[in-house]
Amino acid sequence: MVSDQKPLGSWSVKQGQIITCPAVCNFQTREYIVVHDNKVLRIWNNEDVNLDKVFKATLSAEVYRILSVQGTEPLVLFKEGAVRGLEALLADPQQKIETVISDEEVIKWTKFFIVFRHPVLIFITEKHGNYFAYVQMFNSRILTKYTLLLGQDENSVIESFTASVDRKFISLMSLSSDGCIYETLIPIRPTDPEKNQTLVRSLLLKAVVSGNTRNGVALTALDQDHIAVLGSPQAASKECLSVWNIKFQTLQTSKELPQGTSGQLWYYGENLFMLHGKSLTVIPYKCEVSSLAGALGKLKHGQDPGTHVMPRFVNWETPQGCGLGFQNSEQSRRIEDSEKHIEVEVRKFLALKQTPDFHTVIGDTVTGLLERCKAEPSFYPRNCLVQLIQTHVLSYSLCPDLMEIALIKKDVQLLQLCLQQFPDIPESVTCACLKIFLSIGDDSLQETDVSMESVFDYSNSVHDEKMEEQTEILQNGFSPEEDKCSNCDQELNKKPQDETKESTSCPVVPKRAALLNAILHSAYSETFLLPHLKDIPAQHITLFLKYLYFLYLKCSENATMTLPGINPPTLNQIMDWICLLLDANFTVVVMMPEAKRLLINLYKLVKSQISVYSELNKIEVSFRELQKLNQEKNNRGLYSIEVLELF
Amino acid sequence: MGEFKVHRVRFFNYVPSGIRCVAYNNQSNRLAVSRTDGTVEVYNLSANYFQEKVGCEDGSVKLFQITPDKIQFERNFDRQKSRILSLSWHPSGTHIAAGSIDYISVFDVKSGSAIHKMIVDRQHMGVSKRKCIVWGVAFLSDGTVISVDSAGKVQFWDSATGTLVKSHLIANADVQSIAVAEQEDSFVVGTAEGTVFHFQLVPVTSNSSEKQWVRTKPFQHHTHDVRTVAHSPTALISGGTDTHLVIRPLMEKVEVKNYDAALRKITFPHRRLISCSKKRQLLLFQFAHHLELWRLGSTVATGKNGDTLPLSKNADHLLHLKTKGPENIICSCISPCGSWIAYSTVSRFFLYRLNYEHDNISLKRVSKMPPFLRCALQILFSEDSTKLFVASNQGALHIVQLSGGSFKHLHAFQPQSGTVEAMCLLAVSSDGNWLAASGTSAGVHVYNVKQLKLHCTVPAYNFPVTAMAIAPNTNNLVIAHSDQQVFEYSIPDKQYTDWSRTVQKQGFHHLWLQRDTPITHISFHPKRPMHILLHDAYMFCIIDKSLPLPNDKTLLYNPFPPTNESDVVRRRTAHAFKISKIYKPLLFMDLLDERTLVAVERPLDDIIAQLPPPIKKKKFGT
Repeated sequence: MVSDQKPLGSWSVKQGQIITCPAVCNFQTREYIVVHDNKVLRIWNNEDVNLDKVFKATLSAEVYRILSVQGTEPLVLFKEGAVRGLEALLADPQQKIETVISDEEVIKWTKFFIVFRHPVLIFITEKHGNYFAYVQMFNSRILTKYTLLLGQDENSVIESFTASVDRKFISLMSLSSDGCIYETLIPIRPTDPEKNQTLVRSLLLKAVVSGNTRNGVALTALDQDHIAVLGSPQAASKECLSVWNIKFQTLQTSKELPQGTSGQLWYYGENLFMLHGKSLTVIPYKCEVSSLAGALGKLKHGQDPGTHVMPRFVNWETPQGCGLGFQNSEQSRRIEDSEKHIEVEVRKFLALKQTPDFHTVIGDTVTGLLERCKAEPSFYPRNCLVQLIQTHVLSYSLCPDLMEIALIKKDVQLLQLCLQQFPDIPESVTCACLKIFLSIGDDSLQETDVSMESVFDYSNSVHDEKMEEQTEILQNGFSPEEDKCSNCDQELNKKPQDETKESTSCPVVPKRAALLNAILHSAYSETFLLPHLKDIPAQHITLFLKYLYFLYLKCSENATMTLPGINPPTLNQIMDWICLLLDANFTVVVMMPEAKRLLINLYKLVKSQISVYSELNKIEVSFRELQKLNQEKNNRGLYSIEVLELF
Repeated sequence: MGEFKVHRVRFFNYVPSGIRCVAYNNQSNRLAVSRTDGTVEVYNLSANYFQEKVGCEDGSVKLFQITPDKIQFERNFDRQKSRILSLSWHPSGTHIAAGSIDYISVFDVKSGSAIHKMIVDRQHMGVSKRKCIVWGVAFLSDGTVISVDSAGKVQFWDSATGTLVKSHLIANADVQSIAVAEQEDSFVVGTAEGTVFHFQLVPVTSNSSEKQWVRTKPFQHHTHDVRTVAHSPTALISGGTDTHLVIRPLMEKVEVKNYDAALRKITFPHRRLISCSKKRQLLLFQFAHHLELWRLGSTVATGKNGDTLPLSKNADHLLHLKTKGPENIICSCISPCGSWIAYSTVSRFFLYRLNYEHDNISLKRVSKMPPFLRCALQILFSEDSTKLFVASNQGALHIVQLSGGSFKHLHAFQPQSGTVEAMCLLAVSSDGNWLAASGTSAGVHVYNVKQLKLHCTVPAYNFPVTAMAIAPNTNNLVIAHSDQQVFEYSIPDKQYTDWSRTVQKQGFHHLWLQRDTPITHISFHPKRPMHILLHDAYMFCIIDKSLPLPNDKTLLYNPFPPTNESDVVRRRTAHAFKISKIYKPLLFMDLLDERTLVAVERPLDDIIAQLPPPIKKKKFGT
């Protein structure tokens, strides 16, 4: 907390001890770690009062820095270049620490990144005016050494470093004593780790600070397009904090610091921290999405650099991966903002008249969004995707990733929408949807907003009486006496009340019913669907069968054999799915004692269906004969004399 | 407007022959249709799909290999064990794909040897059928061979390697026909279930250059086997056992969404198969291989509009005249007096003299026809039945004098120099002075029969003539064209009449122009000179020239009788076109006398009842 300007906690080492490494927070354990006297490690938490009493470990080598970012354990970088995970180090504090860098080589700067969930450590060393970069892939323990070539200006000294990462490169920015900022791109995955490789730096910004500053220059990257520089712009002037847009080479803002600074600058969560005179100054600063309009000052700014104005231009690329250097809560907020922003833009686009390339633009937009979803797991512009699906121009084959991501997110609402809209969903995906629809908990279903269009309120009790009556009429279609399953009939007749109860209450909650109806409506090919159906757990199969049987009973309540409501599943769909499920899982279901009753019921219903169909076919033939007779009757009127009056 | 007694005739037992083959020509935008009885019809798709020509060859289908100037046997390809049912040339002419039973052969034309034999799977829905007949093959420029077979499959083969690339199972029954678009980006197949499927070459994903064949649209316009399909740049054309010719425009290829974008289903011929003797109330029906002569019945009763009157005498079937040999009848006619019947096949002309003694009828063939009367396209008798006009297929018009039981050749009008077009429509004036003749494209020629010379030529019009007639007294020639325009041309004045000019200036009602069957017969009322009677397959119309023409805002067709209240309104909106749609499909309609009409209908159900049963599809269950 910086607002109330008062430290929340303060700890000090004993006199004579010197803190040699900045304290860090271990985000996993909520403990603080500090090193004093180069080798002594101290770990404590908020409850501890006296630093002398807290956990202490004395290490065998001198520590340069402890590095901690959220989501992984802290790393300890020793002055000789070796790296250890904190846990491994604490397990044996006296373990031997190897020497990585050469004699007289000194670490000047280090930074710790998470790239694709893997920790990557970079540190820069200097020896006799030559600079080296070491990149340690922590998971693979590959250490790559690069020599940094300074280019023409061999004599310059690098004053400060900062770095940002994108997917392939670490962009190392250095502020040289000549007042210019240089950029060096260091590959994250080395081409040949064995070889000593050299890297050239390129000029990024010219003369941002005066060439002969005495002290206190620093820089830090804010995002991919912005850096903050601390220093005096001209030799005579006072020290200054300035924010530059490196993409368009423009000065975004600057603030004078008349009391001087110490050359230390940090950027966490949209706040810049620096020492100004004797106090810690915090300046909130949020980078805007870099756009030309913004760079040219055409964008409407408030005077306060802290206010954030939505840029008018969508820049799909810039936000990518920009959050990696930030804390996670910040990142998610930024992503939320970006999602909202994209949603607004998409809505604007959809409101426009349909252009001839409408289909292509929609397709490309979805592909772009999905690519970002895959790159950034927390990015999921749901509303936007819903809007795009509802344009009716998408299909599964245009954006197969869409359903894949929705399946990972278990976003049943989006899946339902896809099932309703896409004509070409592969059977494996349909089945994956079915699995989620059957397994998702009722409580998590309550929070979702699925379309209930296909579900009718089955709980309406008015139907009950009618149904008894109708079932009998249905049985008139064939003769119940011929029913060979008389035993099961008897068994069932023993508990007629049970049956009524069972059939009138829907075995699933209405929201799940709506989702299952979407499955029933989807197109499929039996051959491709069957193997996937076998993977569904038996209790889910039973549940689905119970639901289908329930639907069948509801269907048979009226003469047209249809369900009430808008777009309900048809009898054919229900029957086909019953057959499919039984085909795929019969051997499993038949072994389940609780499914026995259901199977008997299903057997009866299939039997009655066969009889109904055979009756229908008989009726059809009879009708055709009648039609023939009717035709012959008409044919008798081959000749007549009639009166016609034309008006 | 008038009250008529209408002889409603439904005993013309006409069944069109099934369509065996269709061929589309892109240059002329014409479609050739061959039927199972051996007739060939040519439709002009530019002229409102009008049936221009009907050829009646010898009734058999022969297969020739044709070189530009001669038909020659060139090479014996490797002998095949079984019949070849389908052939397709590679567009470059270097290879031939031949569909047989159970396999497809690819021949190299140069060497004559089979380079690949591609075996077609017999399996049909998992059941091994006895044989798999390859009903059609298509060879694409890129070497792909597409085959359709009796197991319901459409398969894509690579002719270079002889391997199966892709297989679509599209039907439970035979797939019988295939036609590929000229651009080779689309093709059409027809199945024995009456379904036509459209396949298109579409990109795998948007912006992708890789393309694949996808089944895009199914169409069900037929009830029976689709024996043949054709693919014009803008439409899918199909025909088969159910005798309909269906032209289905592809909406994405139609630029202007006007009436041309509508589906066309052509069932009835665009020419007359019926002629009528007004004096004796006889109807002559023309079939492929016989003629039928019927006498209409009579009634003494009267009634009001819509009444069916009790018959005092039923219609009689008087005569069944069979042709000799296998040739189809091209045209036929009965004289107005009922004493003469003439008909022609492709190689012979027949003339019969009929004698009526009470209920007995005797028939005598007039022998010794002159050799120039061999093949007639159209036959017509003069009103007094003393002259016979014959349009020969060589382009000449013959005039024959009939007297007693004999005939005498009077004159032959030779075709205009430089033209070879045969006349296919004739009209004669009631006074016998004027003869009008029309081909399919050039204008209508009017001859003076007394002076035996060409009187004038009506200016040529873009669309073919579908029917024409000369009005009594005024000798105005009324001409109907395939674009539904009607002209009136004064023969004595050699110019269009004022009424015709007014009609052209104001234009016909849009609904009149959108009718899709041509006017096939025009006649006149003997007592009402301002009336023109005409009909197409779905309506009968009397045009009253004395009334104002309808504009697009007025109701063209009003079947309801006037009620007293609306009489004023009706009188204000009364227009020249009085239409009746009671009789349909209407094959013939004529005025027997001033109060009597005869209408010959052929209900579709009666035709369907005579077709072989279609493949039975179970409606319920599987």
